[in-house]
Amino acid sequence: MTAPPETARKSIVSRLTALIAKGSVQITLIVVAFFWLVPDLGLLITSLRPVQRYAESGWWTAVTTPGELTLQNYANLLSDSALISSFTTTVVIAVANTVLVVILAAMAGYALAWIPFKGRDALFLVIVGMLVVPLQMALIPAFQVFGLVGLRGIPAVVFFHTAFGLPFAVFLMRNYFASLPGSLLESARMDGASEWRIFTRIVLPLGFPALASLTIFQFTWTWNDLLVALVFAGDQRPLTLFLRDRLNQFSSGIDVIAPGVFLSAIVPLIIFFAFQRYFEAGLLGGSVK
Amino acid sequence: MKGSNRGWVLLFLLPALIVIGALVVYPVLATIWRSLFDRIGTEFVGLDNYRRMLELTRMRRAIFNSFIWVAVFPIAVTTIGLVLAVLSEKVGWRTAFRLILFVPAAIAALSSGIIWRIMYQTEPSRGVVNAAISVPMSMFSSQGKFAGAAPSYDGGEEEADGSISFAVDVGGEGGVAYLGLVRIPLSALPDDAVEARDPQPLGPGTLSGVVWRDTRAGEDVRGAVDPEEMGIPRVPVRIIDPEGTVVDTVESGVDGTFEVTGLDPGPYRAAIPTSQFSSAWGGIPWLGSDLITLSAIIAGIWIWGGFALIVIGAGLAALPRETLEAARVDGATEWQVFRRVTVPQLTPVLGVVFVSLTIGALKMFDLILGIAPGSVQADANVIALEMWRTSFSGLGERGLGSAIAVFLFVMIIPVLAFNIRRFKLQEGQ
Repeated sequence: MTAPPETARKSIVSRLTALIAKGSVQITLIVVAFFWLVPDLGLLITSLRPVQRYAESGWWTAVTTPGELTLQNYANLLSDSALISSFTTTVVIAVANTVLVVILAAMAGYALAWIPFKGRDALFLVIVGMLVVPLQMALIPAFQVFGLVGLRGIPAVVFFHTAFGLPFAVFLMRNYFASLPGSLLESARMDGASEWRIFTRIVLPLGFPALASLTIFQFTWTWNDLLVALVFAGDQRPLTLFLRDRLNQFSSGIDVIAPGVFLSAIVPLIIFFAFQRYFEAGLLGGSVK
Repeated sequence: MKGSNRGWVLLFLLPALIVIGALVVYPVLATIWRSLFDRIGTEFVGLDNYRRMLELTRMRRAIFNSFIWVAVFPIAVTTIGLVLAVLSEKVGWRTAFRLILFVPAAIAALSSGIIWRIMYQTEPSRGVVNAAISVPMSMFSSQGKFAGAAPSYDGGEEEADGSISFAVDVGGEGGVAYLGLVRIPLSALPDDAVEARDPQPLGPGTLSGVVWRDTRAGEDVRGAVDPEEMGIPRVPVRIIDPEGTVVDTVESGVDGTFEVTGLDPGPYRAAIPTSQFSSAWGGIPWLGSDLITLSAIIAGIWIWGGFALIVIGAGLAALPRETLEAARVDGATEWQVFRRVTVPQLTPVLGVVFVSLTIGALKMFDLILGIAPGSVQADANVIALEMWRTSFSGLGERGLGSAIAVFLFVMIIPVLAFNIRRFKLQEGQ
């Protein structure tokens, strides 16, 4: 134990150090946040500059010549029918896939959490194992099967995404449902409620946070996908393919590419900011549990 | 009860299991089988595809790059995430900070690749990364005003040190030096530059001369001052005697002319120093074949840093405060608290983040397609990308492609084992 006066002196010194430390932490984080924002800002400004200016000078020079910024690139892009159809395709793929995944995963998650049956744990372990199977392991046979049954374009992309989204989705649902209070479900069973009724009236409403996380996650993931679209989309090209098709003329096509990137990013960003809480829950559900 | 259970289980589980069975389980097994057949899929070739895979130059490059990704990326992102999580815990705006860092993770990796391709443009005047680096660079070396200029006729010589010199004899009437330059854009001339004046000899012991842009629209004679050719003002000219000593340095006027007096007769050289011609720092070729993987990894850190930050931050928030406080009360420094208390307690979370990032590194695909220019794609190649290229773009080598997919999967299997073991531990608690 130290004597009281010494403690007092020490606390002044340590408070001062703490104050300085706190100040440098603030500055460090401001600098880091700034560096993280620069590429976002660079994209936004590039998307607002005429294409000739891209070849002549860096986007940051527009800070001193804001007059050159124009919405013309966006106007051109939005009157481009290829972009509009890509946008629609992306919306259809993401929505259809999300609906399918959420419904199928919620049902499977409920069975795995609350209906006892033989081999349940083993089945769930297999699904946990599938979480890390790379898409590449299934592309070639799926491509051939889809070819045989004549499935191409949007439906092919949706089904493939659904299959590869399900292991994670079932994992997330099962874990969340398993954490619901068992007494509630048991008393409903005692009252003679069917499993379907328990599922729709008790589990789904209580599981809303997990359902919301999954919806947001699956939607964003599909929206941003490139690989599955490259293999299965054919002529029905979502936004990522629209952009990829234009990368060969990078400098001369920057007036399409930069605003295109921004338009394709705006939807997941709105979702992320609006439903941030659920987004984080999904992120953690998948890793920390 | 048992009998009715089975019906419900089927109703709830079957739809998901059918989709997973048809589009995950069957294709995975079929891919393993397919990897043992030739490109058309009719002839059994055993492990031949695997042997070929390891012999192909482009595949070796892909394996090498994937190895670099796995060695650098997960540890870098986890470390950055941990440090930022601990630091941001101490400030009031931690939520805003985490949102800012997570933005890149919410958008398509292809888009992030495109964004960084804009950032990485090589010329410092266009790429912000090199522009930032060029600020300290320019303190040590400055760009000459007339980089790239050359003598306009064979009377001038480009010296080994980068200067340009012209021979001139100072005789009885005085010497006249014509310092003609070409390959200077009009825009490089100062605003006050006027038409060059043809210098006249000024008498014994004198040297008069002109520095000018020896070219004009239409016909012109090289080495002679034609009308409309512009003088180049304020160029330092060194007068060098036959022994190689600089006897005088003068500056050209607005019409490009200069005068020197008090010279002994003899052969001199009039030289424009190298500082006028040294070219600007050209920038680091981030998108060139040597650096592209490193550049892509930096972009990858930008994308995934927010993910690591949020997951580790949540783990940090869940730690019991008491142990941290107890350590601080015992007089531990912040570093000791971090090293001895925070990190050990966070180990499970850090493990999960590290494993996710390792899988992410092995599956890296869209980012590479977005960031690497077409000519550099081969140098940026990774396993996941080569699998798609081999199978679907160009040759359609599906047997070889299947082998690459299996190879990728085998690299991930240790991670799969880790996941299952962790899951069993959790369930056991």
